[in-house]
Amino acid sequence: MKKREDISIVLCGPAGQGIKTAENLMVSIFRKSGYAVFATKEYMSRIRGGSNSTTIRISSRPVRALVDRTDLLIPLDREAFKHVQYRISPATKIIGEKETLFQQDAQWSDQILDVPLAELAKETGGKIYSNIIVVGIIAGLLKIKKTIVHSCVKEIFNAKEKEILDKNIQAVDRGMAFSSHLPSDFKIEMQTQKDNDIILNGGEAIGLGAVAGGCRFIASYPMTPSTPVLTFLSQHGETFDLIAEQAEDEIAAVNMALGAWYAGARSMVTTSGGGFALMTEGLSLAGMLETPIVIHLAQRPGPATGLPTRTEQGDLLFALHGGHGEFPRIIFTPGTLEDGFVLTQKAFDLADRFQIPVFILTDQYYIDSYYHIPKFDLLKIKNKDYIVKTDAKYKRYALTENGISPRGIPGYGNGLVVVDSDEHTEEGHITEDLDLRVSMVNKRLKKMDALIKEAVLPDWIGPKSCETLVICWGSTAHIVAEAIEKLKDKKIALLYFKQVYPLPSKTMNLIKKSKKLIIVENNATAQFAQILKSQLGIDIPTRILKYSGQAFSVEELEQRLKKAAL
Amino acid sequence: MKKNRYDMGEIDIAWCPGCGNFTIHKVLKETLEELEIRPQDVVICSGIGQAAKIPHYMKCHAFNGLHGRALPPATGIKAANPELVVIAESGDGDMYGEGGNHFIHTIRRNPNITNIVHNNMVYGLTKGQASPTSQHGFVTSVQVNGVILEPFNPIAVAIALNGSFVARTSTTEPEKMKTILKRAIQHSGYALVDVFHPCVSFNKINTFKWFKENTYDLEETYNPENKFEAFKRASETEKLPLGIFYVNPDRIPFEENLTVYKKNKKPMSARRVELNHLKKFINQMGK
Repeated sequence: MKKREDISIVLCGPAGQGIKTAENLMVSIFRKSGYAVFATKEYMSRIRGGSNSTTIRISSRPVRALVDRTDLLIPLDREAFKHVQYRISPATKIIGEKETLFQQDAQWSDQILDVPLAELAKETGGKIYSNIIVVGIIAGLLKIKKTIVHSCVKEIFNAKEKEILDKNIQAVDRGMAFSSHLPSDFKIEMQTQKDNDIILNGGEAIGLGAVAGGCRFIASYPMTPSTPVLTFLSQHGETFDLIAEQAEDEIAAVNMALGAWYAGARSMVTTSGGGFALMTEGLSLAGMLETPIVIHLAQRPGPATGLPTRTEQGDLLFALHGGHGEFPRIIFTPGTLEDGFVLTQKAFDLADRFQIPVFILTDQYYIDSYYHIPKFDLLKIKNKDYIVKTDAKYKRYALTENGISPRGIPGYGNGLVVVDSDEHTEEGHITEDLDLRVSMVNKRLKKMDALIKEAVLPDWIGPKSCETLVICWGSTAHIVAEAIEKLKDKKIALLYFKQVYPLPSKTMNLIKKSKKLIIVENNATAQFAQILKSQLGIDIPTRILKYSGQAFSVEELEQRLKKAAL
Repeated sequence: MKKNRYDMGEIDIAWCPGCGNFTIHKVLKETLEELEIRPQDVVICSGIGQAAKIPHYMKCHAFNGLHGRALPPATGIKAANPELVVIAESGDGDMYGEGGNHFIHTIRRNPNITNIVHNNMVYGLTKGQASPTSQHGFVTSVQVNGVILEPFNPIAVAIALNGSFVARTSTTEPEKMKTILKRAIQHSGYALVDVFHPCVSFNKINTFKWFKENTYDLEETYNPENKFEAFKRASETEKLPLGIFYVNPDRIPFEENLTVYKKNKKPMSARRVELNHLKKFINQMGK
């Protein structure tokens, strides 16, 4: 029996058949068994039916990126089989009911492990147990200890009635019993479990970062794929002493958050493209009021409704240019869960310090992907208080050298805090004094100098000097990194940007060192390449783009990079 | 006369001479002073329009935001610091037109704020187009054949949504306005005060005289806790009633329902990040 380093399992079925539950259960079983785990999903915009799939990678070393390769495929129905058929290779093992799933597809008959799923489910109590039986089958194939499997099932179904828990235990046992005698070469080296590990997804990383940044208020309107952040903060609002409110629309959400910041509560909104479109007047308001705001913008393919549940990096220029008028902003683009946490905390600090909007730009792939990482280092977290106590002479928009006017809040001190969306005086009152207008514009834009100085440097990954430099930003980071690693070419390095605006002043030095530049973006028009061109005058004609609504896979990128690097 | 702490002194006010806004401005300042509320404890949120300029003419905290958006920041401010007295104030176009969705949902949400709407049945700052409350047949430069849309009835809408305090007053009766504003500000929960007032520049139909002749006061025996009677009175069109139409004593203000204030009454700004809580939470995730 040969040992493997890395197994990729794909489970696919209609919405409403418990794919998500099976995913959660498998992730927790694999983690408890000591494997490194990565999981991501792609799904249709519907509540029932269709075909959704989840990909789980387990490995003896950390894995953090999507692969196309499928070692074990479990299609729950015929449609699901067709949906993921393109991922089948001669090495793929397919688990399912031969007769109903594969019919005339004789070409794969050698690869099929025939399982009477319907019968097993019926014995357990109905079709709804199919997903858990499947988990049992996989656990059996991987020879996972029954005690681990049971404890994970209990964790997930504990809150339910005892009968439901018992049935699910039976389901997983039936699956395990069935596969224990199947031929299996799915054996991988186990990693020793590290105490210091946690497993989480992008939505949780952003949510925890917000808590670390002192978020006290979130108002949002549910919109895929941004909702998990709202859900996370709602569910843990009591623990973390924060208010989570579902607003009537995104316009209300952003204006509530601005009101809360004005009154001293660090606040955020979470949204996606269409919702952000509604928020742009509020974004502009933040620019004028110099009231801080943190905006989590989880991208999905547009224009308009686009592909609601899929992924894209198509709103970078929109985040950069959204909002009428001219005012400073910061855009963070975390590509790792660690960066999602660290940069969200930092976003609150910088928003407060500079009184500007700060974006956390993610996407569906980032938000819905899980893997385990070492526990966040909380010792590095510093939360400074920037609010001043006002006196009777207080002026909210006092003109200062660096453009930052000390920010007071109502109810703290004897001064009055007047903010105005009109052009305003230092006191905050409406004015049409056009000389003062110029001073106020200069004051607001003056902050850019400091923002550039504070900008977060991109990560350089690979050889210190290289011939080819691959540039990426945001959620593609791990995929590009693994693809480059697979190329085993010592002349290729990666530059991953986690802040795309404003660019750190060292960017030019980093980029100009290499002969050839390649940009990788999950969009159709290479938006970051456009920023590099407009900000630094750098041309990157070699572009690897994808805009099908799917994330890149490691294999695909490996092939495309190989071709592009020539 | 005692000095009013809300007075700005000699300032340039952008309203037309004779505008009803002056009356509301004066009465509101007197109301706050008579209620012995310190200017440092008051935030006025407004949108855009002539009415929405009011916070610039009063000495208190102000959040003059965007057109139609006075209510969401008011909600956010009150949630962040329930100790503040928060007033959201704008015109009929701002509150009922551009901000209509916020109007509906703020009534449902029920933050403990006072919503004062200057209702002159016309757009002033944009020069005389119809507002949501303009009456049938009202001719303007845009509604050239007269308004054909059904006039918005904010009182009936607020009652239908179980608004916790719903009132209408008029600049024709400043003393009665003051009584109502006092009740509204003291009310615990969302309080709507729709204020009729003339626009001397663009509304030649609904003038001071018209409001005098076409309104009447709800009787002293009127019971504002009877929702059906309130709705009936709100639906009258012949002569428009003034007074407190509806009070719902059962509605709990939004902030009182928030778990963050159940044990700790401190405003959000007074709380610090508890990294220990976060550490504990993250440790649990590892299990």
